[in-house]
Amino acid sequence: MRRRAFLKTAGTGLLALSSRVRRALAAGEPIRIGLLSPLTGVIAAGGRELVDGFNLYWDQVGRKAGGREIEVVVEDDASNPNTALQKARRLVEQRNVHMLVGDILANTGLAVAEYVKGNGVPYFIPVIAADDLTQRKRIPNVIRIAGYSASQSTRPLADYALKHGVRKVITVSQDYTFGHEQCGGFCQIFTEGGGAVLQQIWHPLNTPDFSPYLPQIQSLNPDAVFAMETGADGSRFIQQWANFGLKDKIRLFTSMNATDQSIIRTLGPEAEGVLSAGHFCEGRDDAANKKFVADYEKAFGKLPSIYAFSHYSGAMWLAQAFEAIGGKVEDRPRFLEAVRKIKLSASPLGREVSLDKYGNPVYDIYIRKVARRADGKLWNVPVEVYQGVSQFWKYDPEQYMKQPPYSREFQGIKKA
Amino acid sequence: MSMLAFNALNGVTFAALLFVVASGFTLIFGLMRIVNLAHGALYLTGGYIGLTVATRTGSFFVGAAAAAAAIAVVGFLTDTCLLRFVKGHDLRQVLLALGVALVLNDLALIVWGGDTFTVPVPPALQGPLQIGALAYPKYRLFVLAVSVLIFIGLWLVLHRTRLGALIRAGVDDLEMVDAMGVDIKRVFIYTFMFGSALAGLGGTLGGAFLSLYPSADVEILVFSLAVVIIGGRGSLVGAAAGSLLVGMLATFGQVWFPELAYFVIFGPMAILLAFRPLGLFGRAA
Amino acid sequence: MKRSAAAVLAAALLSVPLVLPGYKTSLATEMLIFAALAMSIDILAGYAGRTSLGHGALFGVAAYVVLYHVTVAGGDPWVAALLGIAAATVVATIFAVLAIRASGVYFLLITLALGMIVWGICQRWTSVTGGENGLRGAVRPAAVAGPAAFYYFVLAATALMAFGMWRFVHSPFGLTLRGIRASESRMRSLGYDVSLHLFVGFVVSGFFAGAAGVLYAFFNSFASPATVALAQSVEGLLMVIVGGVGTLVGGLVGSVAIITLQNFVSYHTERWSLVLGLVFIVTMIFAPEGLVGRARILLARHAARVREP
Repeated sequence: MRRRAFLKTAGTGLLALSSRVRRALAAGEPIRIGLLSPLTGVIAAGGRELVDGFNLYWDQVGRKAGGREIEVVVEDDASNPNTALQKARRLVEQRNVHMLVGDILANTGLAVAEYVKGNGVPYFIPVIAADDLTQRKRIPNVIRIAGYSASQSTRPLADYALKHGVRKVITVSQDYTFGHEQCGGFCQIFTEGGGAVLQQIWHPLNTPDFSPYLPQIQSLNPDAVFAMETGADGSRFIQQWANFGLKDKIRLFTSMNATDQSIIRTLGPEAEGVLSAGHFCEGRDDAANKKFVADYEKAFGKLPSIYAFSHYSGAMWLAQAFEAIGGKVEDRPRFLEAVRKIKLSASPLGREVSLDKYGNPVYDIYIRKVARRADGKLWNVPVEVYQGVSQFWKYDPEQYMKQPPYSREFQGIKKA
Repeated sequence: MSMLAFNALNGVTFAALLFVVASGFTLIFGLMRIVNLAHGALYLTGGYIGLTVATRTGSFFVGAAAAAAAIAVVGFLTDTCLLRFVKGHDLRQVLLALGVALVLNDLALIVWGGDTFTVPVPPALQGPLQIGALAYPKYRLFVLAVSVLIFIGLWLVLHRTRLGALIRAGVDDLEMVDAMGVDIKRVFIYTFMFGSALAGLGGTLGGAFLSLYPSADVEILVFSLAVVIIGGRGSLVGAAAGSLLVGMLATFGQVWFPELAYFVIFGPMAILLAFRPLGLFGRAA
Repeated sequence: MKRSAAAVLAAALLSVPLVLPGYKTSLATEMLIFAALAMSIDILAGYAGRTSLGHGALFGVAAYVVLYHVTVAGGDPWVAALLGIAAATVVATIFAVLAIRASGVYFLLITLALGMIVWGICQRWTSVTGGENGLRGAVRPAAVAGPAAFYYFVLAATALMAFGMWRFVHSPFGLTLRGIRASESRMRSLGYDVSLHLFVGFVVSGFFAGAAGVLYAFFNSFASPATVALAQSVEGLLMVIVGGVGTLVGGLVGSVAIITLQNFVSYHTERWSLVLGLVFIVTMIFAPEGLVGRARILLARHAARVREP
């Protein structure tokens, strides 16, 4: 029933397409981009930056690409999947956007992805990192431009830890898909490389108090702790870790979210020296990166977080795609094809970035350390780089996808 | 054994913060019969104000004092400008307070943004204190000390001053007090201001080790509700006992039953409401 | 007077997909679904005098059961609908047993606590509820898949439910509930089993909230902890209050008002929370009887004045 309706719509669509496109171009109709972002709710800070980063790029290029004006329509998803779905519907059905971009929390992204599965609207996700959206459950019109998959950057971190004498690790993580996937990536590489995961601590989101876990960790005497935290949990974990005196006793590795600017810019010495891995490193000495960081700092008075960075790069990606097809975004198959073929260079992402066969970018992943800049602000500087890391690490994709997706039960841990 | 002691200390220090916040809540609920659903928003706003003042002046204590004072003013305005229109209508008061909570929360988001902030702690209170084999954060012990002082202070006010006697009498039998010709309106306003000030102070105290972020208000409100329901409306000892119970349940529940994180608090709360709505130490209205 | 108003309303509702096609039809569908939820809350709040902050949980439980049955268990949507309503009714029974002895603010708090327990379960029981991510998948029955067809289906269902609720509150049982709202002690002294009446009232109210939840599941094809959260109960309650507690039709008025406002506000700004809070405050101070309640007062005054000379 669905398929028939879709084919019918597609058929009529194609027929109407050429005349519509001609009319649209002739009338100078803008390209409307529906930007979904959590401007209120638990991840409001990131949501604000997402919008700022996206708009910064368009402002810099005069709000034009591919010969058409660019109109960005922003809707708040309130950090809540029900609202995200409602707003996605409104953007597509009432505001007639040509594509959807954005969202931060995985559950909001999954809800919107399910919606666009049914109607073919392109949905671009520079931050939604749910592994399976570009693996086992990929949707043709959901593309992770300038984005990453959760387990992608924690694997090099595990490798780095092994290389630097860490043999026993404990993981502390927020108990939801993003946490499971980041930890899974870490644990699989760590145990396959001969390390041992002594324990995995899972806690609900918005845990005010990590103190119950800290004596447990201390008594097990690991070489290092990998903490997968985002948002307020990340801030609190890093502080409580230091307050309880563990900072100098056990090495701390975290997810890139925990050492993201959105967290460390309000922290102090407790955050210094914390190691994480990510494709974005604001302290990196690279021309395009430095320019972006400087521009952002000038416009908004703070260093950019991953949310700003991803959407700035995402906007750049889209702009190049618009150029490649002369602005004809109504021609969806061609548009999506163009997006998939982009090789993004001269972006803050660094090396030329392109998507792998499954729709996820391949990056250089930096092992980053939190350090103080000359003016006293905290930022991440690279201490090592892993080049050309894909979402599958060194595994063969088809083989890899045969193993179940990471979850609480399956963490890729290799039995000794 | 020491892990048990460590977690017990965690539970007690968390309970200490809860007490500071919940004591204000129970006073307002007890005397004025108002379930102040804006109490969490007062906590958060107080925390943000304390943060800003402490950062600007470089003094945590000035920040805390400013927070308490500012939120007392907010409380005064809420009571005299808004709540007076719905006096006597229990449910309308609750829903009005809910409206105030939503407004304050969004205003705070506009002013301070959504980043996670931590109130800066004076260097003397930073870092751990070595207690034998245990290293325990000095600041949390400080919060414990402060809450004990507040308990003593509140007890003295309630049992050794005229205002306190009026409040206690009002909690027990409001009509009687009113009939005796006491200017009950003034007592109400003072109580509301005082309760709000405690929330604001709690925000600064809590903001230093639990941090401040957009949903912190709902979280602390939920805890305060649990404390006051379990401890009993209008009872200081009830607030202390409730805080201790909830603090311990939250801490040990997190370690032993992480799956049941919410149950551990709402379960006892629902059961008490069903079978002993007055709580452990509450008196019938 | 009432007859012609009802006819106009019916005509307006029937013509929506023709006059306001596309997105506006789905908006109207949403208004009807939430009107049903609001009315179910009104049964207790308006007629039995018990204001609940837990009906969002009942609504959401039904939605979850429908999603689960169709997407996980591979069942039939209509069977899922029945299961959803049944589940909500069962949960309402549990809520009722625990909440019945309380009244006023304590009733509010206990339903709040129970709602939060349901939320906690949905949040943590990942293997069944999908946890944070919720459950998603196409669950709308094929027969009513298109937007116009679905709108008429929801319209018919809501009209049926509204009729059912109307009959309930105007039945002798419903009159007893109103007596309880007016004075519990009097009803008790007259020999009525107050607890039993309230219990049945709660369960019936939960039944209708569940039915609304089933419609929501069909509409949304998605359920997450946000569907059972406190915010959902609060929004439903606000619709009842803005529309008019104890008027039943106030549920529809409130739903239309709030959803329209929400649509309008979020077009211009993300400050919906602020606006919602102000609506609460203003309504409580200036129009606690709601729009319908206010209209009735004004009409009565007008009628009195007309009769005067």
